[in-house]
Amino acid sequence: MYKVVTKRFLNEAKTICLFEIEAPLVAKHAQAGQFVIFRLDEQGERVPVSVAGWDREKGTVTVMVQAAGRTTRMLHTVEQGDYITDFVGPLGKATEIEGLKKVCVVGGGVGCAIAYPIAKVMHEAGVEVTFIGGFRSADIVILKEELAAVSDKLIMCTDDGTYGEKGFTTQYLKQEIDANIAGGKPQFDRVIAIGPDIMMKFLADVTRPYGIKTIISLDPIMVDGTGMCGGCRVIVGGETKFACVDGPDFDAHEVDFDSLLKRAAFYKDEQDEAAKHICRMTGGKRNG
Amino acid sequence: MANMSLTKNPMPEQDPVVRSGNFDEVALGYTPEMAVDEAKRCLNCKNMPCRSGCPVSVRIPEFIAKVAEGDFDTAYEIITSTNSLPAVCGRVCPQEKQCESKCVRGIKGESVGIGRLERFVADYHMAKENKEPVKVPESNGHKIAVIGSGPAGLTCAGDLRKLGYDVTIFEAFHKSGGVLVYGIPQFRLPKEIVAAEIENLKAMGVNIVNNAVIGKAETIDELFEDGYEAVFIGSGAGLPQFLHIPGENLLGVYSANELLTRTNLMKAYRDDYDTPIKRFHRVAVVGAGNVAMDAARVAKRLGAEHVYITYRRGRDELPARLEEVEHAEAEGIEFNLLNNPCAIIGDENGHVTGIELIRQELGEPDEKGRRKPVAVPGSNWVLDVDTVIIAIGTSPNPLIKSTTEGLATTRKGGIEADEKGQTSREGIFAGGDAVTGAATVILAMGAGKTGAKSIDEYIKSKNK
Repeated sequence: MYKVVTKRFLNEAKTICLFEIEAPLVAKHAQAGQFVIFRLDEQGERVPVSVAGWDREKGTVTVMVQAAGRTTRMLHTVEQGDYITDFVGPLGKATEIEGLKKVCVVGGGVGCAIAYPIAKVMHEAGVEVTFIGGFRSADIVILKEELAAVSDKLIMCTDDGTYGEKGFTTQYLKQEIDANIAGGKPQFDRVIAIGPDIMMKFLADVTRPYGIKTIISLDPIMVDGTGMCGGCRVIVGGETKFACVDGPDFDAHEVDFDSLLKRAAFYKDEQDEAAKHICRMTGGKRNG
Repeated sequence: MANMSLTKNPMPEQDPVVRSGNFDEVALGYTPEMAVDEAKRCLNCKNMPCRSGCPVSVRIPEFIAKVAEGDFDTAYEIITSTNSLPAVCGRVCPQEKQCESKCVRGIKGESVGIGRLERFVADYHMAKENKEPVKVPESNGHKIAVIGSGPAGLTCAGDLRKLGYDVTIFEAFHKSGGVLVYGIPQFRLPKEIVAAEIENLKAMGVNIVNNAVIGKAETIDELFEDGYEAVFIGSGAGLPQFLHIPGENLLGVYSANELLTRTNLMKAYRDDYDTPIKRFHRVAVVGAGNVAMDAARVAKRLGAEHVYITYRRGRDELPARLEEVEHAEAEGIEFNLLNNPCAIIGDENGHVTGIELIRQELGEPDEKGRRKPVAVPGSNWVLDVDTVIIAIGTSPNPLIKSTTEGLATTRKGGIEADEKGQTSREGIFAGGDAVTGAATVILAMGAGKTGAKSIDEYIKSKNK
């Protein structure tokens, strides 16, 4: 059993919640870009979620989870001091930051929670970080101060203009790339983009003509997270890769987004159906 | 007087039509009367040929003699003196290739039902109330780490604990048992049986840490820093192989591992569990080993109207145990033999609609003596299915080898170990599928046993 040490909603609309979990074995080596798998209780599914932070001395790991399907909505009802049954990791490879000097990090919605620790470790390593955070509207914006603290330049935007700039991450990414060209060459040596699959597909289209290496973090459907089920197959550069062990980071210009988008929707009907049946009396908790 | 019947007492089974709609165990087990009667077929040969066929050297004639006397408790003690998981072995060992293949009674007629008797004795003990408490061997103060709680790891841990070692098993999954819980289905090996065997080991003092992915959360070198004096790697062969044919990433193509893990470990077949599984109607299983049979029978139980085993060779070449093939046939699994897949076909939404097969003929025997399938040109045809399950084998998981410096591996990705389980690094031993690639439960148990013996010798020689 793993104790929830801290629980805190990160935005006004309470769509994304921070959980600090006591898990010394995970905290020991967790790195930005890796993920964990949690299971709420005996009947629960195994759900992957990115590592958002860690405290090696306290032995805790932080995750930021958006309520989307049944399990994540049930997780949001777990309180500080409660326990969840399983929390395993760190899994997947850490984001590569070695040798980078100037990077543009783009986060879309809850993707900012995954992008945040990556920006943070780069910032601490002396990399110049431009961060572009995009959200639908002001009520779901997260990590305003945290992101400001780890980026040399921060652009926050919302689709409806209720917070920060008005517009989409794609247009601000293009604007930043164009504003940072010297001698005909883009100055960003990498773009790291994390958000909905469709957003990452369009961001990849933005950077492609500039030839800037663009890394995205994928979270396809998976069961074990250690290379055993093969459910998380993605096609990268024409080859089948397992996101859980070969990723979750991949070169955006090599990823077959068409197959990725289709595979991600495979269980949509089952998930929608399951989400309808969360007990209203207990808020979904099975074990009281 | 020995029972001279030429045939085994038949195993009572659930009716095939009924069982293909449920996940309850197929084989129901002997009654005490059947067990005694079967035990009396044993001739108690002095040279014990059966025992030489057992990878964990169960004292077969001795325990069977006790069963014949009706002394099931002593029979249990005899079995467990060399085998930590009798209820598991009695169910899933390929006895026909091991102990029973050496049985003198098998020369004329059927061998003694050794596996069935082992299962009976283990189940009898498990069902017994007021059992004697498990003996906890005194600690000798030496810490040993075992990676993986599958058959190799559990056997190694059990044997080491009996010798007094303080053993900790590190298991990546939330549940212990490895392939016994994620791979082998409930109807062949009930998970309650596995859990009970594991509880026995825990009662004996074996410590199990779940959710511990060695190679990620901690490396083997860190285990040594933590005070473990030797490590046994029994991490299995969990990596699914794919066919590398067009269409393999379409929606509705599963590895057998995914289907089995969702169903067996995550209990997708039960309404009270959250893990989803797609409803399917027509399923093609590619491959014909024991895992393919398991996957096909699981698919049938999950409601598929048609389940086809597609295999490039013929019935005589099927790699699965005959018993598994017969069970599958009785449950209505359809065999599409001498057919090799060349592509998986999908609709515009990426969902599987069929599998393209090409007919095969058997040619000359290959170096292993198996007749080689040869494609018949122009014989391609499409089998309409909505789901394809790939069950063509698994490889050892690379997580440990990629994070352990100096650990030599084989060309096929297994960890290199000699016949004693010694790897290329001092203090690190390995066995089971992690070394050999996918094999059987009992061979892994044998390797776990060997590993335990070698670790004991290693620790003793180091502390001389």
